[in-house]
Amino acid sequence: MRGYSHGGPLFLPVPEIARNYPVTDLLDKRLVFVTGKGGVGKTTVAVALGLRAAAEGKRTIVCEIAAQENASRMFAHTEVGFHEVEMEENLWSISIDPDESMREYVLLQLKVRAIRDMLFRSRIFNYLAAATPGLKELVTIGKIWELAQLDRKVKQGRKYDLVIVDAPATGHGIGFLQTPRTFANIARVGPIHSQAQQLDRLITDKKHTGVAIVSLPEEMPVNESASLEADLRDEVGVAVDRVYMNGLYPERFSNEEAGRLAALADAESGAARAAARAGLSEHNRARSQRSQLARLRRRVEAPVKTLPFLFEPDLGLEGARELSQRVG
Amino acid sequence: MPGVGEILDGKDICICAGSGGVGKTTTSAAIAAGMAARGLKVCVLTIDPAKRLADSLGLKELGNEAKQVDPALFEQQGVEIQGELWAMMLDAKATFDELVARQAPDEEARDRVLDNRIYQQISSALAGSQEYMAMEKLFELHSEGQFDLLVLDTPPTRNALDFLDAPKRLTQFIEGRSLRVFMKPTGLAAKVAGRGASVALSVFKRIVGFDLLADLAEFFNAFSGMVDGFQARAKRVNSLLSDPHTCFLVVCGPQGEPVDEAVYFHRKLVEAKLPFGGVIVNKVHYPAEELRDEGAELAASLEEKLGDADLAARVAENFADYQALAERDARNIKRLARELRTRGVIRVPILDEDVHDLAGLAEINRYLFASNEERIEIAAGRA
Repeated sequence: MRGYSHGGPLFLPVPEIARNYPVTDLLDKRLVFVTGKGGVGKTTVAVALGLRAAAEGKRTIVCEIAAQENASRMFAHTEVGFHEVEMEENLWSISIDPDESMREYVLLQLKVRAIRDMLFRSRIFNYLAAATPGLKELVTIGKIWELAQLDRKVKQGRKYDLVIVDAPATGHGIGFLQTPRTFANIARVGPIHSQAQQLDRLITDKKHTGVAIVSLPEEMPVNESASLEADLRDEVGVAVDRVYMNGLYPERFSNEEAGRLAALADAESGAARAAARAGLSEHNRARSQRSQLARLRRRVEAPVKTLPFLFEPDLGLEGARELSQRVG
Repeated sequence: MPGVGEILDGKDICICAGSGGVGKTTTSAAIAAGMAARGLKVCVLTIDPAKRLADSLGLKELGNEAKQVDPALFEQQGVEIQGELWAMMLDAKATFDELVARQAPDEEARDRVLDNRIYQQISSALAGSQEYMAMEKLFELHSEGQFDLLVLDTPPTRNALDFLDAPKRLTQFIEGRSLRVFMKPTGLAAKVAGRGASVALSVFKRIVGFDLLADLAEFFNAFSGMVDGFQARAKRVNSLLSDPHTCFLVVCGPQGEPVDEAVYFHRKLVEAKLPFGGVIVNKVHYPAEELRDEGAELAASLEEKLGDADLAARVAENFADYQALAERDARNIKRLARELRTRGVIRVPILDEDVHDLAGLAEINRYLFASNEERIEIAAGRA
């Protein structure tokens, strides 16, 4: 049987956990995972990074995982599915479905067509594949690995300079990125064991692989970003490269001005009062956000980069373009 | 239009569902507190509360059982709890272990399952086990009948739909029907399954390694005596969910994407014939009605009143930004109401501080339990 690791120059080998590489810029890596809890704007940041890298002339692909294709929708594109589709110059997109990844994995593993066909029809095989804890996540990461190869395994595979992954929301900790390590421990023999180890090395290869956490200036996202960073470090052996503090309000008013607005809100009625109240709210929110930003900086080791709140009705491609100026 | 109090009148169970990052945990806690204030004995089951929120509820040292929240904490915020508020943080793994212990015919069978590596993976990490155990705990508490109302904060999933599918996926897995068929290669079933099955088995063996398959086989063997019990229980959990005394509240944010997901989730609820109660939209920018009349003159009049052209311009710009978001929110909420064919959209405004303490919960409650008219009044700072 032919494994991923068979033939062609390897994207790896790398030493075990390598933390002492000179710091490389996030976009100079080959693979970047954008992670964080749900609703923090991971997709927007992933697309912004993609736009930035593409603008710098890097052939870049943004991967969504088993998602509803928010990235391709951003480009007003019809669903891309499990295909690499060009969105703009130098920028591709793919939605990685675990079932399709499993299928492709089997295709790459088995050369005998009759057996493959039998396998795909086999209820038992499908059942086993679904029942094995973490196997779907593992083949998904396998597909990401495949995309990042200079020597692609799939026929006529395009070569990318950079693969950006809009990683699944971290409901609980680190699940997705930990899968290869967990799997290597469960399956102690067989090709999956060595492939899982190889994927684990890919994830922990600081030189080629980067991890960015997206956070929001609120209590809970800040807490979760800090514990996510710690878990990634302690349990997966990954040092986070950067934390993006997303959705930061501008500081439009000083404390002294806020006092004047409060007086105005008390004295006036109608639109002037509503405007003064809106100004006060903005001031309070911006202030509370700044204290969350300070908390985040205290609690994480990685450098924190701020991204502004965009006062736009719906954060689409234009929003991502605006952020792409600041994500680098 | 009703508030949460009216929607939940006569209900035993309230399930707050929605995608991640929309404020489900906070909303669940606020609803539970509000219903307890109205005289009920309420328990909120939460999965992953904000640390400070947990602390303020006295949840810090809580394990997998309900604990009463000190009513004095709420009194300090001006909320009088007429009933009782209880809270617990769900531990999916512990709940699963308890369930196994209850279903196992004897201690040996129990330990065989608890010690199995596949079981350990499933009970803590397999997608769906948390959702399933949340429902399991809900069922258990409901059967015990200690509470008037149970409020469930559903686990954070990227897609709210996962929550509905989880119990089915998990029981199907535990049943392991197709696997057991070929675990007995001498049986009649193996002959029916035929050559395809043995090829599939051998290929799978080669791919994942033999150890894993042996663990899987051991897992299903260990579980085999409990499958019927699990199935029967899952059936009862399902009928509890579709009971008219159960109520699903969909929680979302006002942006396009969360609204899309809320619409999708509502459709799935209807398809599954589950009782939908209403939708709560968090962090809404309320429009200021006044602007329509005075918009054009606003900047000039602000300048006159503040005596500071630069500040007036910034205030006006800020207000315009806010209004744009308010208009977006109004559009999305209108669409939401239309798609859900409901007038029961409860809008909770974006507050100046992000909500993670009791003061914040009390503030949110003023909106959740108000009528529509009252909410507008409160938001405008007039009530």
